[in-house]
Amino acid sequence: MSDAELQDFSAPYLQRTKIGGMQRCELGGAWNLHGLEPRLSELQPQLAECALDQRCEWDLRHVQMLDHAGAMLLWRVWGKHRVAQLLLRPEHEQIFDRFDLPPEPVPLHRPHDPFYGVVVLGQGVLSLVDHLLAVVMVLGQVVLDTLDLLRRPANIPWREISASIYRTGAQALGITALVGFLVGVVLSYLSAQQLKLFGADAFIINILGISVIRELGPVLAAILVAGRSGSAITAQLGVMRVTEELDAMAVMGIPHTLRLVMPKMFALALSMPLIILWTDGVALIGGMVSAHAQLDIGYVYFLSSLPDAVPIANLWLGLGKGIVFGSLIALIGCHFGLRIEPNTESLGIGTTNSVVTSITVVIIVDAIFAILFKDVGVG
Amino acid sequence: MAGCIIEIEGLWTQFGSHVVHRDIDLSVRRGEIMSLVGGSGSGKTTLLRQMLGLEQPARGEVRVFGVPLHGGDQSRLRSLRNRWGMLFQEGALFSALTVFDNIALPLRELRALDEGLIHDLVMVKLEMVGIEPRHAAKMPSELSGGMIKRIALARAIALEPELLFLDEPTAGLDPDRSESFVKLIQELHRELDLTVVMVTHDLDTLVALSHRIAVLCEQRLVIVGTLDEVVANPHPFIGNFFMGERGRRALEAVKDMVLLT
Repeated sequence: MSDAELQDFSAPYLQRTKIGGMQRCELGGAWNLHGLEPRLSELQPQLAECALDQRCEWDLRHVQMLDHAGAMLLWRVWGKHRVAQLLLRPEHEQIFDRFDLPPEPVPLHRPHDPFYGVVVLGQGVLSLVDHLLAVVMVLGQVVLDTLDLLRRPANIPWREISASIYRTGAQALGITALVGFLVGVVLSYLSAQQLKLFGADAFIINILGISVIRELGPVLAAILVAGRSGSAITAQLGVMRVTEELDAMAVMGIPHTLRLVMPKMFALALSMPLIILWTDGVALIGGMVSAHAQLDIGYVYFLSSLPDAVPIANLWLGLGKGIVFGSLIALIGCHFGLRIEPNTESLGIGTTNSVVTSITVVIIVDAIFAILFKDVGVG
Repeated sequence: MAGCIIEIEGLWTQFGSHVVHRDIDLSVRRGEIMSLVGGSGSGKTTLLRQMLGLEQPARGEVRVFGVPLHGGDQSRLRSLRNRWGMLFQEGALFSALTVFDNIALPLRELRALDEGLIHDLVMVKLEMVGIEPRHAAKMPSELSGGMIKRIALARAIALEPELLFLDEPTAGLDPDRSESFVKLIQELHRELDLTVVMVTHDLDTLVALSHRIAVLCEQRLVIVGTLDEVVANPHPFIGNFFMGERGRRALEAVKDMVLLT
């Protein structure tokens, strides 16, 4: 049958006649969803008007097609019951039978709860405790796995570790270099303007050296890696949950912590200090270029006075932070990844939470480092 | 040809150098239940996806309701998409939406119906597939596989389609559930005056539902015909498929049923 033939059914129409005070409403054409869709806005008010008269006679014998949508439209206009005067084609009789059953009301919306605020707060606290417990458990399992591996070094998942180092470390070099360089330039440029006022030009090396190596390098690199690799880890584990790969591993007796969590933590703990070293170097180059342009400080002078201006302890502190940050980012990424439920929405929420949490944790831990090591490497 | 809902002419499907379909001609008549069978990897689901316009044919043409799926104008295709429904193998319910919203989605997309009418229509569809209203507010992840299939079927018929595609409708259901699902499809087919195209591996489903069967083997369409015609065909694949132990049991069950009625 061609398309033209199928369209042959005429558009739905409605005709009202009044014979001696008796109202008559004649319906015809195709009263199906397809036919009604374009004409619904004009038909609906007419139908409502007809239905106002309880004694109106409804003649549906000219209706060529009637489907649930059309029938339901009439049903609702009639006030959800059959009207008394109804003329119907026999084949359309059964369609209304289905509606005759009184559908039970569905509580689609939850009733209002007066203690909503308290409940939300309580749930938040409980969920925080729950997350902390789960992280500790994953961490504990990783430690146990590591101890086990030390006894049986043949089982160390080298391939996974090396792949993770490449993904989280080597592939992050470009973006960390770009951001590091720009931050170095900005910091040096702004400091130079202030220092010029006091004639303390040479201190630019101290300011840049201490701030980049001790603080900015590690935190910048950690935030970038948390956004880049943390989200990737969570999404990867989350998709593995959705596709039941995690369950498949569990069935084979391969612990998730051993093959998924531990290699990522090791890889990030190893690559993070290296990325920090790289970011530090590039940021200092940026600062050096800017200092040369602004304050006319020579490259050789800058480099040769850097070791005097910045005690070496700052470098070790920065790299030590890197190891901690790296492990934490991987741990948090894995934790959120393993908790994802098999649906798309949970995947999105889990990935967002993972990134936000790991960046927050990096900054909190950085503050703790600052307090604990306040006497180290300064002055 | 008159009375044909789907017409496929000289269809070739190719993925890279791998040929899936070689010169396939097939037409589906109005009101019938047509089953596609074939071995694993014989391209049954791909053929179904061709009929839905989800794949691009290398050669040949697919017309549904007389409208060519490729190269036709977009507005006709869009109105075509409101006239068919598809039940995916795993249900493909939107996991972020509740059961109610899943079925209401195609109705809301029309942007013509008011929310009250949509609500009542969704409830009728749920009732038709035998899902109690209390499940309407649940998320798909809270449901069993059988319920997901039923709800996916309710979504497929939400727009009152004339044509329904089913991909492995009974796969993953236990025998009891798959029997009731077959009954449900029969009921809907009768009540809604549907044309059904179905891919299935399950012999019981195949025998119980199909008016005609199309057998795909080695990239070609071996035969299209009624169950008796297909079984009488000497092709070795058909022999293995229907005359194996399982096949004979299913066929005998049908013969018994025919004798009883």
